[in-house]
Amino acid sequence: METLRSGKALTNSAALGCVFPWGMAIPEPDVEQADPAPAGPRRGAPVGRRIVLGMIGLGAVGVATGRWLSDGVSTVVASTAPALASVIPAAGGFRIYSVTSPHPEVAAEDYRLTVTGMVDRELSLSLADLAALPQTGMTKDFQCVTGWRVNDVPWSGVLLRDVLERAGVEEGAAALRFTSFDGVYTESLTLEQAMQPDVLVATSMFGAPIQVKHGAPVRLYVVPMYGYKSLKWLGGIEVARTVTPGYWEERGYDVDAYIGASNGRSDDPNV
Amino acid sequence: MSDDAVPPLRRFARAERWAHRSIAVLTLILMVTAALLFVPDLGNVVGNRQLVGLVHEIAGFALPIPIVLALFSRAFRDDAGRLNRFTSADWTWLRSRDRRSGRIRVGKFNAGQKLNAAFTLGAILVMLATGAMMFFSSLFTDNLRTGATFVHDWLGMAMVIVVLGHIYMAFNDATARRGMRTGEVPLDWARREHGEWADESERTSA
Repeated sequence: METLRSGKALTNSAALGCVFPWGMAIPEPDVEQADPAPAGPRRGAPVGRRIVLGMIGLGAVGVATGRWLSDGVSTVVASTAPALASVIPAAGGFRIYSVTSPHPEVAAEDYRLTVTGMVDRELSLSLADLAALPQTGMTKDFQCVTGWRVNDVPWSGVLLRDVLERAGVEEGAAALRFTSFDGVYTESLTLEQAMQPDVLVATSMFGAPIQVKHGAPVRLYVVPMYGYKSLKWLGGIEVARTVTPGYWEERGYDVDAYIGASNGRSDDPNV
Repeated sequence: MSDDAVPPLRRFARAERWAHRSIAVLTLILMVTAALLFVPDLGNVVGNRQLVGLVHEIAGFALPIPIVLALFSRAFRDDAGRLNRFTSADWTWLRSRDRRSGRIRVGKFNAGQKLNAAFTLGAILVMLATGAMMFFSSLFTDNLRTGATFVHDWLGMAMVIVVLGHIYMAFNDATARRGMRTGEVPLDWARREHGEWADESERTSA
């Protein structure tokens, strides 16, 4: 084994030259002259270094232009091979950021949406009850705070304010607390935000019942705010005096999560 | 040297084997957690997004550590230098259909291994940089954050393919695997797969 360690003779001067074998413009001592035996490793063009530097360059270009490239990829995939979008998550479409395991599920006939707290009449609405309320549809974008956006999603359901009207909000109430029916995820809105005609208790997406991964059977859809406000698997609405920050808000995200005006982001508002 | 008592050739030093092992384990952790974060149907099984993300971040920032430590090893630096350099035999080897026959005598690493090493190092650096941009997201504009995510996603998918290819090649060569496991390979294997390196080693040990 000792005999194979042929490099002994070149010692430190050679080591200097190859401390950063991938680096740029580090002068290499003339190893060949010091000892002809290890000429092997030093022969040939430094192609490896060029590949590494090329990848760093491409990576930088990708970071600088990826915002538009990814839009392009989404558009191309959506128009040529929509099925691909669900196979390649990076090709656009929804990304599912689940905080639970697994997704909560409830049988359609067992589902109830409860409205409690500072209300005149506490409600427990079945899917049939929700379907009997005035239905509202809208086609709007879904913008995630991490940067991705799904354009022109068709939504429908009941406006939150129509639900609140049925319950009757008491004097002095100013906030809502939402919980998923598994109890894990929570969200909040001020009463004023909730009464706008762009906050939906959604029962349908893309013209079909909401899928489990999107929050079946009922979820919130808060048009002007980032996606984390649009709580999935909606189980309970509690009317309260003050806002209690929700799941992601306890983890540093803004409570008032207006798209383009919160969380340090400048996305186009969803109007 | 008589053929009935041929000593094996020293291929990888202990530092290199430990670096390889550490990088392999971290890469496995990174790929599994990436799949959970990235593929909804997989993430759904495990959930706990914040914890999975934390594991991914820790493994990601740890990935350069074995490489930096290995740089203290002469053998590692020497092999890195060999992987960097492409000889004319390497180009011929890449272009030939019979590159596996042993006709073209290459050095300690063949051109495929050199390309894999260069791609892997470049990918690690770019993934580290874009990952850090996502981690320290408040320091970057939205467009750069989206760009970093874009590069991280697509390069990550390319890495999965290359790593699977790397594992596939190793799966088909038990002797090569032994070289990485024990550090030594038989002389006849070296003559067949890395003829010039076998000659070079024999010359220097003569």
